[in-house]
Amino acid sequence: MKTKHTISIFTEDRIGLLNRITIIFTRRHINIESITASVTEVKGIYRYTIIVYVTKEVVEKLIGQIDKQIEVLKAFSHISADVICREIALYKIPTKGLKENELFSRTINENHATILSISGEYIVVEKTGDEQEITKLFYELEKFGVLEFVRSGKVAITKPMKTLSAYLKEIENNSNKTIKHFNNN
Amino acid sequence: MKNNTKYNTEITGAEAVILSLLEENVTDIFGYPGGAIMPIYDALYDYSKKLNHYLVRHEQGATHAAQGYSRVSGKPGVVFATSGPGATNLVTGIADAQIDSTPLVCITGQVASHLLGTDAFQETDVLGITMPVTKWNIQVTKAEDIPSALAKAFYIATSGRPGPVLVDITKDAQFGKMIYNYSKCENIRSYFPNPIANFEEVENAAALINNSLRPFILCGHGVLLSGAEKQLLEFAEKSNIPVASTLLGLSAFPPEHELYAGYLGMHGNYGPNILTNECDVLIAVGMRFDDRVTGNVSKYAKQAKVIHLEIDKSEINKIIHADVALIGDAKKTLELLMPLLLTKNRNKWLQRFKSCNEIENEKVIESARNPNTEKLLMSEVIDKLNIVSKGNAIVVTDVGQHQMITARYYKSNIPNNFVTSGGLGTMGFGLPAAIGAKVAKPNCEVVAVLGDGGFQMTIQELGTIMQSNIAVKILILNNNFLGMVRQWQQLFFDRRYSFTEMKNPDFITIAKGYGIKGQKVTDRENLVEALTTFYNSQESYLLEVVVENEENVFPMVTTGASVSEIILE
Ligand SMILES: Cc1ncc(C[n+]2csc(CCOP(=O)(O)OP(=O)(O)O)c2C)c(N)n1
Repeated sequence: MKTKHTISIFTEDRIGLLNRITIIFTRRHINIESITASVTEVKGIYRYTIIVYVTKEVVEKLIGQIDKQIEVLKAFSHISADVICREIALYKIPTKGLKENELFSRTINENHATILSISGEYIVVEKTGDEQEITKLFYELEKFGVLEFVRSGKVAITKPMKTLSAYLKEIENNSNKTIKHFNNN
Repeated sequence: MKNNTKYNTEITGAEAVILSLLEENVTDIFGYPGGAIMPIYDALYDYSKKLNHYLVRHEQGATHAAQGYSRVSGKPGVVFATSGPGATNLVTGIADAQIDSTPLVCITGQVASHLLGTDAFQETDVLGITMPVTKWNIQVTKAEDIPSALAKAFYIATSGRPGPVLVDITKDAQFGKMIYNYSKCENIRSYFPNPIANFEEVENAAALINNSLRPFILCGHGVLLSGAEKQLLEFAEKSNIPVASTLLGLSAFPPEHELYAGYLGMHGNYGPNILTNECDVLIAVGMRFDDRVTGNVSKYAKQAKVIHLEIDKSEINKIIHADVALIGDAKKTLELLMPLLLTKNRNKWLQRFKSCNEIENEKVIESARNPNTEKLLMSEVIDKLNIVSKGNAIVVTDVGQHQMITARYYKSNIPNNFVTSGGLGTMGFGLPAAIGAKVAKPNCEVVAVLGDGGFQMTIQELGTIMQSNIAVKILILNNNFLGMVRQWQQLFFDRRYSFTEMKNPDFITIAKGYGIKGQKVTDRENLVEALTTFYNSQESYLLEVVVENEENVFPMVTTGASVSEIILE
């Protein structure tokens, strides 16, 4: 059964690595629902968060292929229950007639959204939340006319996971072992 | 740091390329010059005593030659090409090396770094183009980064599951000055090339094998790559387990050994195919369950527990579920397993293979080796080549019917002596790969077995043979057809021979034009003598054998069929 999987990939800083990773999806005709890249708490290490709807079997194979890339430190996949996901969305609404509109203020408050900027022409609303919350607000704002709507990719923190620095230590110890082994040869 | 070589004077990036190659014990390069790689060629000029450069006639030939070189020597093959068309011409060979786990270090020139992305003359996105077909690639834009990039390239190409890497060097980096400093790469923190099989899993595997009645070993390319031939032999002998080989595993297990069950897959032997679906434990060593081996996966070895010995973790459960996964180098894993193995007598099980062999002998092999057809058959030619060469030649094939026939009828006695394009099935591979093999092993006889179609895909490499005096023996099995495609048209497309008939040139005259002796054989009574002259020639020699136009390769596991549904005729 296809379900949502959040793939977290930790990598070295290398030009072209994102390309190598996305090729793995393209080649298997898998659509990436969302992708973000960012720095991590460890200097020089980057993190990609990729969301895909695939079966467990497929995601395991994807992880295998991603992990195999030389500069990938580690790739993990998690099901929704194991991740806390957030995205941010911006909505641009025409200002005309909104200032005294009670329904509008209530919509903003009830959805825990904030107003980022107001001009004579339009108001920009910001909302951070999960996918459903952001979609819900979009539908509620539609009656006021949405001029523009944009949402970020997802960022995710997984619940069960070693800290990155602990993991790095572990692989450093491991690779020392392998090297020793290699030299004994 | 080990092997730290430092020169205090400044040298160019181009010279650093050459010194780095020497540092990695490179002795041979296959390449073709052009604008963007001229500084490197210029630096090479001063080192032509230490580095033999073979000027190919097309860059694809350089990659295949480097592959042939690597496959018989275990050393990485090194390729030079210029930017743009030079680099794009490498793609087929790199893709072939990637899927067949062959270590190559390809060095391409690139336009100067300030021109990158401007559609400059002969600029192409080589990194982007080769990304899906390389194990790793990198672009270097500064002279001082060249040694470390090359050190990493050699380490990555040759370690773990080997594969091709590409280093793209801009022209300004080649011209740039730097203080040369080389240290071999021995570790990359995000890369684990030498996993060691989990000992509990090793024990589980041993228990499965010790309790099994009908275990069966599948020997793949990984056995050759890890040099585990001896370990595999001891392993099989200790517990009396039959061994069958994949196409790329051929030559790893002695073909005349009583435990040798034969060749697996679509055109493989009868016994190993049908008995795959009767064994109780399947021990896959250094192989990846290619669809040409498994046939229909949903009907593949369903009754068996599968033990998978494999260095590349991503191959585990990719195609066939592994009940026990032993992730590690084949040789080391076999060594771990060995002491846990009990000696067993499996006469009844081995007898099954013998009976299958008898059936195949009677229905296929006898008449293939001693036919009474009007024209010669490919199978009898290969059988006679086997006799003339005593199974000791390095045999390199192209792709098609002649390839499958050679895999079936040539019995390679020496590990790594059978070289073929497996995963990609690249026509045009044979001739240049044979050139590379001969360069690596000048004292061995190298025979290229080619079809009339595939020969013409890289026929220009006759020029390389001529220029560098490479004594490759070229055997053309001429059926005037793209035979393998024609066979499929006959069997699955109602004999509609759509564009598979070939009008061929006079191959002997062409060889003569390149100064290569040749002979054409059409009659059975002249075959052995011609093969003997051919094989014993001191120089390159082209032997064209005119064979039956519409011979088919059997047995065959047709598409969608199970290995147990292999047809014999
Ligand atoms: C580059 C390339 N193009 C096309 C094919 C498809 N193909 C596979 S076998 C074959 C026929 C080969 O004919 P020939 O070289 O004459 O050998 P034969 O099968 O007759 O022994 C073709 C066209 C291929 N494998 N590689």
